[in-house]
Amino acid sequence: MKKTLVLFSVLLLTVSVSAQKYLTRNGTIKFHSETPLEEIEAINNQVSGVINMDNGEMALTLLMKAFEFEKALMQEHFNEKYVESDEYPKAKFVGSVEDFSSLTLTDKPQVVTIKGKLTIHGVTQDVVVKGSLAKNGDKIVGTSTFQIKPEDYDIKIPRSVKDNIAKTIDITVKMEYAKR
Amino acid sequence: MRNVKSPRLFTVVFAVILQFQVYAQGDLMSLLEEGDDTIVNYTFATFKNTRLITGHSVETNAEGVLQFNIGHRFGRVNSGWRNLFGIDNSTIRMEFQYGITDRLNIGLSRSSFQKTYDGMIKYKLLRQKTGAETFPFTATVVSNMYCLANEWPNPDRENYFSSRLSYHHSLLLARKFGGKFSFQFSPTVVHRNLVRLEGDRNTVFSLGSGASLELTGSLRLNAESFLIFPGQFESKIGGETVKSAFSIGVDLETGGHVFQMHLTNSRGMTEKILIGETTGSWANGDIHFGFNISRVFTANRK
Repeated sequence: MKKTLVLFSVLLLTVSVSAQKYLTRNGTIKFHSETPLEEIEAINNQVSGVINMDNGEMALTLLMKAFEFEKALMQEHFNEKYVESDEYPKAKFVGSVEDFSSLTLTDKPQVVTIKGKLTIHGVTQDVVVKGSLAKNGDKIVGTSTFQIKPEDYDIKIPRSVKDNIAKTIDITVKMEYAKR
Repeated sequence: MRNVKSPRLFTVVFAVILQFQVYAQGDLMSLLEEGDDTIVNYTFATFKNTRLITGHSVETNAEGVLQFNIGHRFGRVNSGWRNLFGIDNSTIRMEFQYGITDRLNIGLSRSSFQKTYDGMIKYKLLRQKTGAETFPFTATVVSNMYCLANEWPNPDRENYFSSRLSYHHSLLLARKFGGKFSFQFSPTVVHRNLVRLEGDRNTVFSLGSGASLELTGSLRLNAESFLIFPGQFESKIGGETVKSAFSIGVDLETGGHVFQMHLTNSRGMTEKILIGETTGSWANGDIHFGFNISRVFTANRK
């Protein structure tokens, strides 16, 4: 009886330790603003993200300074005046995929709803976005396209450039997670 | 028998349940932040422009960027209302600066005052940084060569081309404090090939300093001074002695333009005049109003 008990506990311990986490440090997030006056686009290829394949919980973090623009002055203004990246160096997302347990991942992307808290410029907002998840070999690919409003995150646009920056910014996320 | 077994079973089950802890989202975030200690933050926007007021700031233009500066300096405010407080007596300076790399810039300019052409080369040696690597300040070296294009005032004597030339070299050392305030030291050497009297030194030293305070994201308050060490000048210019230069101004930034407006006791917009030919006295009201407009073009996209 003692032996069975010990064996049983050891087996249980073995099973419980393997929480399946998939991680990446090279995810891509692109944002795009278009107005009749100006088109602004920037891309960040150093997004870190993790997804827990046991329960669909996920987290993303990125450095604002890692957004690359075509124009150096635009990049400087973005960091110095708009998102104030010296004070708020990172943007974060913490959330989970809804109805994750009913999901079976295949090669074909499946539409999912992701709910969570997005923090930009020190302001946190509840967000619900649509995305997709798929398998790519032994990797997990997650994508999402959604919009945010700079004013929701206290990002002040000076009156002189009000018409150069769109009221809603398009965000495109593409992450390829590998088993940790 | 049963009583002995239960506590043991309970302990085992309890230990097993502990292993099933769901990774709280906080744990996920700390997993992502493991790489944070390798991040290096290079300080940016120590000043809003490559020139503070008259003198240079440590800032350089990024690679492929062309900057056009047009500077206006007017006459003395105390020249009275008939001269519109100096506005009638205006000089301009047009300057192009180009970023060969993020750290190496070259420039070409012309000033209407003394009809001077000048070429510039500027290199950012060291950058202020925090994070995984730290360095306390930004250091930039800048050199100019000036050539006067006026007609010889005395064509009968033997005039050498080299007499038209002057040079300037500065080591700019600046630090940004807390995101809002920046301070710069600019030890400077100016060499004039031709000077008027023997008692005038050809090579002149000055300690420049500058400060900039951010008022809003688009507005900064600046101050600049160039202290002239005594004993370097004998001759007077227009009957006045050579003095140290003091200036105050503001930077106003909109989109791709930086407007700089200032008050200064120096007549010229180049270091050659700033250091060695400044004769105005703030106490007397020998103050010049000036403004610069700086516009940046991305000549070669990254």
